[in-house]
Amino acid sequence: MNRRTINGVILGAALLAGFVCVWKLQEKVDAERTALQLESDELTLRSPAVLKKLSLEYGPLLGAIYWTRVVQYFGAKHHAGDQKLDQLWPLLDSTTTLDPNLLVAYRFGAMFLSDSPPRGAGLPDLAVELLQRGMKANPEYWKLYQDLGNVYYFDKRDYQKASQAYEAGSKFPDAPPFMKAMAAKIAAEGGSLETSYALWLDIYQTSTNKEMRNNAEDHLRLVQAEMDMREIDKIADAYEQKTKHRATRISELVQAGMLPGQPRDPDGFAYVLNDQGKAEPNPKSPLREEWLREKM
Amino acid sequence: MRNVPTVAANTFREAVRDRVLYNLVFFALLMMGAAILVGQISIGIEQDVIVSLGLSAISLIGIFIAVFLGVGLVSREMDKRTLYALLAKPVKRWEFLLGKFFGLVMTLTVNTAAMAAGLYIALWTVKHPLLKSDAFILVAVYLILLKLALIVALALLFSCFTTPFLAILFTAGIYVAGLFAADLRTIHGVDLDPGALRLMRGISYLLPNFQNFDVMGAVVHGRGVPEAIVWHATLYTILYIAIVLTGAAVVFSRRNLK
Amino acid sequence: MGMPQAAIEIENLSKEYPYGFLSLKKRKSLEDLTMRVEDGEVFGFLGPNGAGKSTTIKLLMRLIFPTTGTARILGKSIDDVSMHGSIGYLPEQPYFYDYLTAHELLDYFARFHRLTASDRAARVQAMLKKVGLDTAKKIQLRKYSKGMLQRVGLAQAILHDPHVVVLDEPMSGLDPLGRREVRDIILELKRDGRTVLFSTHVLSDAEMLCDRVGVIVGGKLRGIGAPGELVNMKAQGMEILFELSGSARNLPLLEKATRTGERYRVQLPETELYAALDALKAAGARILSVTQIKPTLEEYFMNLVEADRAQASAVEVTGK
Repeated sequence: MNRRTINGVILGAALLAGFVCVWKLQEKVDAERTALQLESDELTLRSPAVLKKLSLEYGPLLGAIYWTRVVQYFGAKHHAGDQKLDQLWPLLDSTTTLDPNLLVAYRFGAMFLSDSPPRGAGLPDLAVELLQRGMKANPEYWKLYQDLGNVYYFDKRDYQKASQAYEAGSKFPDAPPFMKAMAAKIAAEGGSLETSYALWLDIYQTSTNKEMRNNAEDHLRLVQAEMDMREIDKIADAYEQKTKHRATRISELVQAGMLPGQPRDPDGFAYVLNDQGKAEPNPKSPLREEWLREKM
Repeated sequence: MRNVPTVAANTFREAVRDRVLYNLVFFALLMMGAAILVGQISIGIEQDVIVSLGLSAISLIGIFIAVFLGVGLVSREMDKRTLYALLAKPVKRWEFLLGKFFGLVMTLTVNTAAMAAGLYIALWTVKHPLLKSDAFILVAVYLILLKLALIVALALLFSCFTTPFLAILFTAGIYVAGLFAADLRTIHGVDLDPGALRLMRGISYLLPNFQNFDVMGAVVHGRGVPEAIVWHATLYTILYIAIVLTGAAVVFSRRNLK
Repeated sequence: MGMPQAAIEIENLSKEYPYGFLSLKKRKSLEDLTMRVEDGEVFGFLGPNGAGKSTTIKLLMRLIFPTTGTARILGKSIDDVSMHGSIGYLPEQPYFYDYLTAHELLDYFARFHRLTASDRAARVQAMLKKVGLDTAKKIQLRKYSKGMLQRVGLAQAILHDPHVVVLDEPMSGLDPLGRREVRDIILELKRDGRTVLFSTHVLSDAEMLCDRVGVIVGGKLRGIGAPGELVNMKAQGMEILFELSGSARNLPLLEKATRTGERYRVQLPETELYAALDALKAAGARILSVTQIKPTLEEYFMNLVEADRAQASAVEVTGK
């Protein structure tokens, strides 16, 4: 090997070593920054209006980029089991300002802004605002009315407005009969487990977004459990009438032949009766915590 | 008038040999990469992202070429003195200008069409078969082309009386200002006197209203564009370009070459 | 019948360039030029660099516009662009589209003249041959040497067989062979009855080719006429070139001479010529040559420029 080749090899090795050092150093810096929690969820630009101006004619492209940030943000928070979704609204605000026609942003935003923690941000008013913005920019899209109805029904418990939203949505030429049916049902009965089930079921069946579908599924489990427990309570009441004694164990009802077997919740755990003889989810069931939260 | 196509054809030939169109290779790679990447991320709006990325790239690359080459159309010939022998022929100066203009517009048309084809291919790999509504992408591309022609005319005008650097600056500046022209009309300033408001309105109409060419919001989500918009944009562009090129011809006709 | 129409007529042509702060000052690059170029003659513009030769030509070709004055070529005003069909022009230090080949360039330029396609093809081919670029015609111009570019320039100037040919410094940058070729082409044009106007700062070219010359210095026409009579300057003496070896070193002549080896060069007034020749003969020197000392064109120009400057500073001093 001549002098030049040796020099070349030494130079190459030095460069390689340099890169390895930089890499290792970066890993250290990353660890330190994570420990200090320096990487905040802050957006670099707070004002969506300014952002829109800066994007010139390329709003939809930036909107799509911001939408991916929403998805990443939400996914990361869920994985970490984090309750605080305080960046959700600012991100959605920017996304829909940049691209007012990005429908999935409105639908996703409506669901997860209004749903109570830990599933969502628990801000139904912002969800309504977002949906109204969406309706203004996309007046031909009926599904936003469905979303609005759901927000009023589930999170604001305003059954009159919910029914009105469904009614308005049903007027669209391409709206399914489901909308009109729900409008009537809610107007007649207000909040009911059957209605809730039907609403969540429709979302579950028609949603193309994975997160939204999972969330709907979660809610369906809970409503199903509530319906189960309501039936069990009815049976317990009938038992009490018959025997003048309130059952405190499911097995009593089974032995009396009023229940075919141990009823299990959607997660597979057996229901139990509490001290007052009312049905409750099993303490071991994950549903119990969610059920307790709903009651509060 | 016969001389215009002659100059135009040569301008086109120059662009082809200048390897300007090699940007198409870069664009093709960008589109393919985006298609693959977007497929992996899978956020539910793959088609939208490809269309908006593709249209944005076509627009930006096109603007880049329109500004830099547009300014160079005349200034390069003046700097390099290639113009001297040409103007000694029985060619009028305005014929020369028009020929240069059409030559570059032809180049941009070929360029843009090729990029649009690349966009369709990338879209097809993510979503096949393509729907009828995807044809609206062509409408967006056509409007981008109108926009580019207008930018070329402006670049040509500026390069006739300032240095290339300033011409690029002015052209880019007018493009950005033109995007916000409509906003000037809707300013609600309580503390502005009516004179100032009228002035701003006037300026907003004088500026080239580039937002006329923006249909990305609709097309990206598969929605249609009303025919009227396309016709009116075409008419607007033709008129505005005619005004700009006339100005350029007047300036250039009396210009002393170095 | 009247006089035969002049090929080029120039009347009071002037060009001023503004310069300085706010372009308030004006530089006169051409002042009040009035002259004619007759039909069928070869006319040379002589002058140092920056004298105004190129300015005049560019004014004629409508590349720049006059401050005052008019000009006509072949009876038509220089504002008439269609008249360009009868003129050919070679710019100074020509540069052409370097992405084209010579063949493509000539074909492109030819399209601006109303020729049929076959006529055009024939002429392009003929021109390429005439300037000796037939073998290089498919090579892109960016690979051409300066001499080759000059030849391309000449070719595009005479491609359409124009009646008047205007050449701006056609010999510059050429090697002796190239200059010879250009001279031959100009002579050929003259033989064919064409009018040729060219500019140069080399006197010998002008002397050899021109029927008449015009001398421009400092933006003004200083003289116009046949080359011999114009630049007829008084000889300033004689110069003897001789060889002297060894012996007779004490010649007083040698003190005034410059020496290279055994050769000597001495200058002396004409009156002293024969006495010196006798002395040298006596000393056994070998006479190599005896020539007249004529001031060079450079010196002639210098004198004119100096005179200009003296006049200008005189004006400054007196304030007139």
